[in-house]
Amino acid sequence: MSGVRVLVGTRKGAFILTADAKRSRWHVSGPHFAGWEIYHMKGSPADPNRLYASQTSGWFGQVIQRSSDGGKTWETPGGGVTMVPGEGPKGESNKFVYDVSSQTGKPLTTHQWYDGTQHPWEFKRVWHLEPSPTDPDTVYAGVEDAALFRSSDGGATWQELAGLRGHGTGPQWQPGAGGMCLHTILIDPTNPQRLYIAISAAGAFRSDDGGQTWRPINRGLRSQYIPEPTAEVGHCVHRLALHPSRPNVLFMQKHWDVMRSDDGGDSWREISGNLPTDFGFVIDVHAHEPETVYVVPIKSDSEHYPPEGKLRVFRSRSGGLGNDWEALTKGLPQRDCYVNVLRDAMCVDTLDPCGVYFGTTGGQVYASADGGDSWAPIVRDLPAVLSVEVQALP
Amino acid sequence: MIRIVLPAHLRTLARVTDEVTIDVPVAVPLTRAALLDALEARYPMLRGTIRDHLTAQRRPFLRFFACTRDLTHEPADALLPGAVASGEEPFLVVGAIAGG
Repeated sequence: MSGVRVLVGTRKGAFILTADAKRSRWHVSGPHFAGWEIYHMKGSPADPNRLYASQTSGWFGQVIQRSSDGGKTWETPGGGVTMVPGEGPKGESNKFVYDVSSQTGKPLTTHQWYDGTQHPWEFKRVWHLEPSPTDPDTVYAGVEDAALFRSSDGGATWQELAGLRGHGTGPQWQPGAGGMCLHTILIDPTNPQRLYIAISAAGAFRSDDGGQTWRPINRGLRSQYIPEPTAEVGHCVHRLALHPSRPNVLFMQKHWDVMRSDDGGDSWREISGNLPTDFGFVIDVHAHEPETVYVVPIKSDSEHYPPEGKLRVFRSRSGGLGNDWEALTKGLPQRDCYVNVLRDAMCVDTLDPCGVYFGTTGGQVYASADGGDSWAPIVRDLPAVLSVEVQALP
Repeated sequence: MIRIVLPAHLRTLARVTDEVTIDVPVAVPLTRAALLDALEARYPMLRGTIRDHLTAQRRPFLRFFACTRDLTHEPADALLPGAVASGEEPFLVVGAIAGG
C-alpha cells in the first residue's frame, strides 16, 4: 500500500487528508463544498478513486456528490448543465422518494412521532453512503426519516428498498433527539445478499435477500428508555461494526451498553465490562485482529463529552468478553476535554500496523498508526466532525 | 431573456459565478413556476434545492424577491412583474436569515 486517504465530513464542508504508509506527515485538502454539512463521504472498495459524498443544507436540502478521481473533482451525478432543455440529464441524484407503489411499496406505513401519534415518512437527508464492495456504480444510502435506498447508476437515481419500512414494525419506530435516521449499513463481504442496518431509534435489522425483506435483530438488547425494555424494536442503536473475516460476529454501541452477537444478530450479549461508561456512539474492529474492538466512552446521554474531561479510546483484545477494556491515552488530551465523537466518526485502515482514526465535534481528527497505542492529531481546528472514513491506497 | 440571481451556495452548485439568464418560451406566461421550470431544465443540479422534487413546493428557508417586492407567498402560477419578464429586473432567490 502506498498510503492512506482520510475522508472527513464536517458541519461546514469536506476535507481530504492524505499521507504515505508511515502516516506521519499529512496533506490537507479542503474545504470541499464549503459551508454545507457533509454527513458522510466514502470511497468504493472496488475503485478507490470513486468517492460519494452526502452534502446537505437546511436551506437547499440534499445533494449527492460523486468523484471519479479520488476527490480532486466532483460532480452531481446526472445533473450537469443542460444546454438544450429537455434533452439533458434529469438532475435526480438528490431525489429520494419513498416507494408507495402497489408492487413494492406496500404495506405503506407511518412511524411514531414525538407525541406518540403516527406520522408520515418525510425525507430529510442522507446520513450514510455505503458503496458496494464489488461495483463502483452501486451504492446504498441510509436516510432520515429512516429508510434504505440503493443506486445502481453511480448515484444518478435512487430506489428505495421498501421492504424495510414495510416489514411490519415501522409504526413502532420513533425519532431520537437527532432525528429518525438510518445511519449504519454493513454488507457481509462473504455474502452480498446479507445486509445489516441500524436505525435510531428502532434498532438493528437484517436482510438475507439483498434488501428485499427484513427482520429485526434486537433479541438481548435492554433499553430502560422504552416502555418494554426488551421490546423487538425501539432500541436506539448508535453503531454496528464487523470484521470481514467473521461476518457473523457483530459489535454494537447502543445508546447505553456495548453489545456483541456471535450469530449474525440473532442474539446479543452485553460486553460493557469495565468501561468507565457504556454510553457512546462509535465502535470499530481492528483490521487484522477480529477480536480487537475500539470504543470511545461518552459520559452520558445528557452530557455528551468524555468522562472526567479525558479523551480516551478504549480497546478490548478479547472482543469484549474478557472484561479487559484498556484506556488508550497517549497523545490524547487528558484534561479539560469536552468534545463528542459522533457515530460515523471512527474508522480503521488495512495497513500493517493497523491505523485507527476518529474525529471530534471540536474539529480534531486523531490518527494512530500503531493500532491505538499512540495518537496524534492530523488536524486540530476543523468544523465539528460528522464522519471519518479511510482508504488504503494501492 | 430572464435574469435570475441565486444564493451563493446554489451558484457554486450550478457552477456559475454571476446571475444566470434563461429563456422562457414566448407563448408561456411568465409565472414563478414557469421561471423555475426553465431554470431547473437548464441547471438540473438545482432540482430539489429550491422546490421539492415531488410537490414543487418552495423549500421553507428560501424567499423570492423581485422589483423590491417579496413574492414568496404569491401563488406559483401568478404572473411575475413585467420588468422580470422583460429582463429589466432580476428575479432573486434568497436564503432566509439564519439568525444568531
